[in-house]
Amino acid sequence: MGRYVIRRLLQMIPVFIGSTFLIFVMVYALGDPVAALFGDRAPDPATAARIRAELYLDQPLWKQYLHYMGQIFRGDFGTAFNGQPVLELMSTAFPVTLRLTLVAVVIEVIIGIVLGVVSGLRRGRSVDTGLLFLTLIVISVPTFVTGYLLQFLFGVKWGLVRPSVSTDATFEELLLPGVVLALVSLAYVTRLTRTSIAENVRGDYVRTAIAKGLPRRRVIVRHLLRNSLIPVVTFIGTDIGALMGGAIVTERIFNIHGVGFQLYQGILRNNSPTVVGFVTILVIVFLLANLIVDLLYAVLDPRIRYA
Amino acid sequence: MRRSLHARWAACAIAVALAATACGGDDDGGGSGGGDGNGVLSSSWGDPQNPLEPANTNEVQGGKVLDMIFRGLKRYDPETGEAKDMLAESITTDDSQNFTVKIKDGWTFSNGEKVTAKSFVDAWNYGADVRNAQKNAYFFEYIEGYDAVHPEEGDPTAETLSGLKVEDDRTFTVELSQKFSTWPDTLGYNAFAPLPRAFFEDHDAWVRKPVGNGPYQVESYTKGSAMKLRKWEDYPGPDEAQNGGVDLKVYTDNNAAYTDLLAGNLDLADDIPAAQLKNVENDLGDRYINQPAGIIQTLAFPFYEEAWGEGKEQLRKGISRAINREQITEQIFSNTRTPASDWTSPVLGEEGGYEKGLCGQACEYDPDEAKKMIEDAGGLPGGKITLTSNVDTGSHREWLDAVCNSINNALGRDSACTVNPVGTFADYRNQIGDQRMTGPFRAGWQMDYPLIQNFLQPLYYTNASSNDGKWSNEKFDSLIDEANAESDTQKAIETFQDAERVLVEEMPAIPLWYQNGSAGYSDRLSDVKLNPFSVPVYDQITVA
Repeated sequence: MGRYVIRRLLQMIPVFIGSTFLIFVMVYALGDPVAALFGDRAPDPATAARIRAELYLDQPLWKQYLHYMGQIFRGDFGTAFNGQPVLELMSTAFPVTLRLTLVAVVIEVIIGIVLGVVSGLRRGRSVDTGLLFLTLIVISVPTFVTGYLLQFLFGVKWGLVRPSVSTDATFEELLLPGVVLALVSLAYVTRLTRTSIAENVRGDYVRTAIAKGLPRRRVIVRHLLRNSLIPVVTFIGTDIGALMGGAIVTERIFNIHGVGFQLYQGILRNNSPTVVGFVTILVIVFLLANLIVDLLYAVLDPRIRYA
Repeated sequence: MRRSLHARWAACAIAVALAATACGGDDDGGGSGGGDGNGVLSSSWGDPQNPLEPANTNEVQGGKVLDMIFRGLKRYDPETGEAKDMLAESITTDDSQNFTVKIKDGWTFSNGEKVTAKSFVDAWNYGADVRNAQKNAYFFEYIEGYDAVHPEEGDPTAETLSGLKVEDDRTFTVELSQKFSTWPDTLGYNAFAPLPRAFFEDHDAWVRKPVGNGPYQVESYTKGSAMKLRKWEDYPGPDEAQNGGVDLKVYTDNNAAYTDLLAGNLDLADDIPAAQLKNVENDLGDRYINQPAGIIQTLAFPFYEEAWGEGKEQLRKGISRAINREQITEQIFSNTRTPASDWTSPVLGEEGGYEKGLCGQACEYDPDEAKKMIEDAGGLPGGKITLTSNVDTGSHREWLDAVCNSINNALGRDSACTVNPVGTFADYRNQIGDQRMTGPFRAGWQMDYPLIQNFLQPLYYTNASSNDGKWSNEKFDSLIDEANAESDTQKAIETFQDAERVLVEEMPAIPLWYQNGSAGYSDRLSDVKLNPFSVPVYDQITVA
């Protein structure tokens, strides 16, 4: 197990370098950001040259990349154009988005799995058909539609919650955005769980467990669910990374100053330190989430062992 | 108004199911105090693009703050836009080139430091010095010695502008490198604000929490999310704040700000989202402001492209006549734009040089005449026209499509006009800078100061800083020079208008529409106004 983890961690290094390089090239390809700093006015060349030199933008791409990676390994993620260190931006943005993701994942796991189990155990009956239909609707409606709709209904019309999230972004405030963010994934979790349960409920080990006279609850939770969760866990694992990055839409709607907001600003302003820095962290989160998923397999199914 | 406490507790009860969170009261967005001039209002804000230094701030969001915490020699009247003396006791000249500035007594910065002639001279020298890479450095380019502190290449040969001299505590002289009679009127711009010693001594600390000499002082500043400004009780100026302070809250999106305004969590939103323009009068009634700002949109032509350049006036005018400005401003912008009929802005007023209809027939919609003119000029180059603009903001995509439709209808061909959308503003500015435009492109202009000079010289003078189309005309240039040298303001403005008439003949850029500023506010507020820069006049707002 330990060796497996170390091997996986080592494998992350080339993935990390490759992906940061790709992002760097892509942001670089967007073009020179300095011109836009001057608004509708053409930059005065002397000032623009100074700013380029300060931001290391007057060097060829490979030098910029090496310089950037050198900085990162020293724990410095560079400076955004408004003079704020990217590390400072991250320290305010990531906790917020992490909280939002956590809310979304909790909602998605609890509600999604419960609905999936209910639906899977009653396959073909009206509950199952109803849930399938509902999830289909949720999957097909874009996030910004549900976002604006729920925001208007809960925030403006009924006044139950604040339509926008304050800078503190407490769990309480993130509840509604969390639901919006979780909805689509929740539908997938429900469907995955349902299919998996419906398949395994006819498995030999379930029949054995029932024959042994175990209580129904124990059969479902310990035997049936545990085995059925492998595809669901895979999905949720990759979904954490996707949720963090994909929060752009939700964060804009609910005025959440998280990763999505910073990334959006960074891209609009061609601000490579911000974009590359944030995406780098997202890459790491993604890699770690995948590792945890792989390790969870062994926990869920004792037949899977890592040397 | 605020939502009832019940709602908050209901939300808390749900939240407890997820995680235990503190559900105390909070004072964000609401505000304390009553209607005795101590109420605090909350207002929407965008993340400033640059550090908040006067000579480095060139966009509205940062400018908003500077306008609250600084007062300069002059200040533009929030209603008329006229440059009036603020810190200046007098600015005198005999030759429109050498000026003597005298400062009023009794002004201090909010940290107690006296505002002296040196506060100005040091600040201007800092702004002009190329080593400080200030984005508004060009504001000091008319001052003698600018080339030495801000050379086009290499290091500066001087540290200070030779044209600036401190005479005594309250007097300094300015020598310009050319005659510029209306120069004193430019001094209301934020770049000319005075700076306290603290700015130079501990720059980092100052930028984290700027100190100025205006009616407000910064109480706290959390970059990227909020700034709390409070009334400076000892403010010595004549325009002290009528409220206790302003909380600026950064919004990710103007839709979110508008929703918050409707739900009672925000007092003032100064940018109504385009999608809401249809509902805004229903939602807010007379708490919606829609008034002209010093912003004009034009379609410029690339004069470095032979197809559009010299000798194509008829073609350019024909295209101008093919655009149905009335219909587009009404249908796409819900009348938050006004069809343009000159190259300036209504905020200048007639005395300031705005002349309705100066463009004449050339800006009037007439599809038949347009078709004839374009055909007489040999038709569109290559039979088609492509309009370019960034499309990330400002409903640009929508109006570009509408302009194209209008041109296509006039010509009776569906494919004559196409749109070339550019994804980001940065990319768009680069393409313009590299002279890669092949057809007409969007050129927006937001005035720096309410002078007709500012709408003409930076945009159409040969090689001027925002002459993106690289148009050049000797007659226009000489009229501008003449106007700048004219010491009688009224005559100067008339000469500027003569220069503008050259634009009618040549049509280097097609005027499209003047842009309005828009804002909406809650019923706690009164006396809400927008100034000619479409920024709320915060210090005059009263909170009930």
